[in-house]
Amino acid sequence: MHIHAYEKLWLAASILLILLLIGSVTYGAVGPGVAMVADSEQPIDAGGLDEDERFSEPRVEQVGENHYAAYVVAYQFGFEPSPIVVPEDSTVTFYITSRDVIHGFEVAGTNANTMVVPGEVAEITVETEEPQEYGLLCNEYCGAGHHVMEGKVNVVSQSEFESRNSGGEDA
Amino acid sequence: MSEAIEAEQSFVDKFPDEARIVRSSFLGSFLALVLGAIFGIIQTLHRTDVARIIPSTDYYTVLTAHGVFLVISFTVFFLVGLFTWAIVRSLDRPLVNTKITWTWYLIMSGGMTMTGISILAGFVDSIDMSADVLYTFYAPLQAHPLFYTGLAVFIVGSWIAGADWFRTFLAWKREHPDERIPLQTFMVLTTMAMWYIASSAVAASVLLFLLPWSLGFIDQVNPTLTRTLFWFFGHPVVYFWLMPAYMLWYTVLPKIAGGRLFSDPLARVVFVLFLLLSTPVGIHHQYLDPGIAEGFKFISMTNTMFLLLPSLLTAFTVVASVEYGARQRGGSGLLGWLTDLPWRKPEFTGMMLAGLMFAAGGFSGMVNAGMNINYMIHNTIWVPGHFHLTVGTAVALTFMAATYWIWPQISNKPIYSRTIGLVQVVVWFIGMALMSNAMHAQGIMGVPRRTAEPEYSGFDYATMFGGFEELNIQIAIGGTLLFVSTVLFIGNLLLTMGNPKVSGLADPLPPALSGPTDSPEVLDNLRLWVGIALTLVVLAYALPIAAIISRGGLLGPGVGTYPVWLTPLFDALANGTTIAVGAVGDASAALVEVVK
Repeated sequence: MHIHAYEKLWLAASILLILLLIGSVTYGAVGPGVAMVADSEQPIDAGGLDEDERFSEPRVEQVGENHYAAYVVAYQFGFEPSPIVVPEDSTVTFYITSRDVIHGFEVAGTNANTMVVPGEVAEITVETEEPQEYGLLCNEYCGAGHHVMEGKVNVVSQSEFESRNSGGEDA
Repeated sequence: MSEAIEAEQSFVDKFPDEARIVRSSFLGSFLALVLGAIFGIIQTLHRTDVARIIPSTDYYTVLTAHGVFLVISFTVFFLVGLFTWAIVRSLDRPLVNTKITWTWYLIMSGGMTMTGISILAGFVDSIDMSADVLYTFYAPLQAHPLFYTGLAVFIVGSWIAGADWFRTFLAWKREHPDERIPLQTFMVLTTMAMWYIASSAVAASVLLFLLPWSLGFIDQVNPTLTRTLFWFFGHPVVYFWLMPAYMLWYTVLPKIAGGRLFSDPLARVVFVLFLLLSTPVGIHHQYLDPGIAEGFKFISMTNTMFLLLPSLLTAFTVVASVEYGARQRGGSGLLGWLTDLPWRKPEFTGMMLAGLMFAAGGFSGMVNAGMNINYMIHNTIWVPGHFHLTVGTAVALTFMAATYWIWPQISNKPIYSRTIGLVQVVVWFIGMALMSNAMHAQGIMGVPRRTAEPEYSGFDYATMFGGFEELNIQIAIGGTLLFVSTVLFIGNLLLTMGNPKVSGLADPLPPALSGPTDSPEVLDNLRLWVGIALTLVVLAYALPIAAIISRGGLLGPGVGTYPVWLTPLFDALANGTTIAVGAVGDASAALVEVVK
C-alpha cells in the first residue's frame, strides 16, 4: 500500500502528539500528584445513611495533624453540612455521598469536582490556602430543583475554626 | 468515460424507490432538527436570563427534548437516509427488498414518536407522564416507561436497517465475487458493526434494568452499572453521528472541490480504527465517578488518546484531497490554491467550515480526555461547548451542507436558493463560534452545564475572559444566530420541495486517486476487525463491570426510585411557591404510592 511521504510525516507527528498527551496526564498523576476519584471507599447503603457513623451527622473533624475530614451528604436539593467550614493551610479530605439521586460536587472555580453517586462514597483531598469563601454547586442534573442546589465551602482562619468547634457546634 | 451528451441519470432516476426512502429519512431528520432548534433557542435565552418564558422546572423538559431530538433523532435519521443512498449508489444495485426497508423506517419512527411523546408530556401537568431525565437518563431518576420503550424500539429499528444494508451487500457480493468492497459500502458496514457492538449495552441497560424498573417489576437498579452501560454506548454513539460526516468529507467533498479522494486505502484504515477504538473508551466520561478504579480510567484515557489518530489522519487526507481539487482547478502556490476553491457553493463552504470547527472541537476534546485536567471542566458548560463544535457543527453543519448537494439528486428538484444556502452555513458558523467560545470560557470559570439558572444566590463567579454576564450575551447572540440559520435551512428546503422537477442534476462521484486495489485485502476482512473490536471491548469492560456488580450488586445498594413523571411536588419545593392544595394532595398520594 502506497503511503505518501508527507502522509508518513503527518502520521509520525500525530503519534508523537498522542504520546505527549498521555505523558502529560501521567506526569500530572505522578508529579503534582493529581489522583483520580476512585474505588478507595467501600460502597454504602444509600437508604441507611441515618445509621451511618460518618454520614448520620455530616460534619468536619480533625483526623490528623493539620488533616481534616469533611463528611458531606448531597440530597435533592442541597448539601449538608451547610456551609462546610474548614481551616486554612490544611489538608482536607472530602467524603461525599448521596441520599437519593446522582449529584455533582463542584467547588466553583477550583478543581475540587466529583460525581456523587448514591451507594458510593467519593473521596477527594484538597489543600486549603488563605481564608476565602467558595461557592459549592451541584453540576449534575438531579431533578426539577437542580438549579437551586448550592452550598458554601468556607476556608476560615485556624483560630476561627477552633472557636467555632469549641462552641459545641459541628462545623 | 466519454462526456455524456444526454443528461446522466440521477439517483432518483435510477432508483426511485430507494430515493423515496432516503427523502423520507431526511425529512424525519429535519423534523427533529426543527423541534430541536425551537427547544434550543428557548433554552439559550432562558439559561442566559435574556428571556424566561417557561418556569425553570420546565427547562429540563426542554433540555431533554433538545438533546434527544437532536442527537438521536436528527442525526440517526439522517444517517439511515445517507447510508441507504451510499449503499445503493456505491453497489449500483437496488436494495434487496424495500418492504424490509420501510419496516425499519416505521419501527424507528414509531420508537422515536413514543419517546418524543413521553418527553413532551412533561409540559402538561395534568398528564402523569414525563421523561425529564435528560439525554443520559441516569438512574435513579426515573422516566415514564414509554420513554425507555421508545428508545428500545428505535434501536431495534436501527439494527434491522443495518441488516438490510448487510443483506444488500451480500447480494452484491454474490454477483461480484472478486471485487473489492466499494468504499462507501465499506464505510457503512464498518460503522454499523461498531453500532451493533455499542448499542447492545444500552439496549441491555434499558431492557434488563430500566424498563422493568420503571414498570415496577424490580425495586431498584445499580446507578453506577446503568451509567457505565450508558457510556459504553454513549461514546461510540458520537462516532455514529460523526461517521456519516466523515463519509461525506471523504467521498463527496473532494469531488465538490473539483478533484477526487487522495487515498482510498487510508480512508479504509481510518474507518477500521474507529470500529476498533470507539467503544473501549466510554469510561472517560466517568473519570470522576466514585467506585471505579483509577487503573480502568487510565486504560480508557490511553485508548481515547489513540482515538485521535484516525481523526488526525482524516484531517490530512481531506485537506490533501481538497488541495488536489484546487490545483486541478488551476490553483497554485503554498496557500494560494485556497482561493481557487468553490467557496460560493454552500455544500463546499458548509463542509469546510464544519471541518474547521471540528479541529477546534478536537482540541477541546483533548482537554476533556486529559484525565486530571478534566477535574477543572467536568460537567461544566465547557463540555456542551465542546460537543456543539463536534456533533453540533462538524456533524450538523456537514449534514445541512450535504443536503444542498444530495437533495437535487434524490428528488430531481434544484435547490431553491443557493445564495440563501451559503448565507445559512456561514451564519451557523458565526453563531457557533460565538456560542461555543463563550461556553468554553464560562466552563473554565466553573459555570455548570445542564442547569436552568446558572447564577447562584450565595456566590459569584470569578471574572476571567470577560465576565459571566458578558459571556451570557455572546451565548444568547450565538444561539439566536443558530436558530436563524436553521430557519433559513428549513425554509430553503421547503421551497425546494415546491420546485418543478428537472433533469440533469446528477453529480457522479469519481474514484480515488489511489484506488482500493492499492490496499491490502485484509482491510476488507470485516470478520477479523469485528473480532478484534470485540476483544478490545471485553478487555476494557469485563473487569470494570465485574467490579461494579461485585460492589453494588446487579440491582444497587439500597438506592431508591425517583420518578420524574410523578413528581409535581418537586416543582413546588423548587419554586417555593404555593400550588393548589388539590395538586399537592395528588402529588403526595402519588409519592406515597411510589415510596411503598
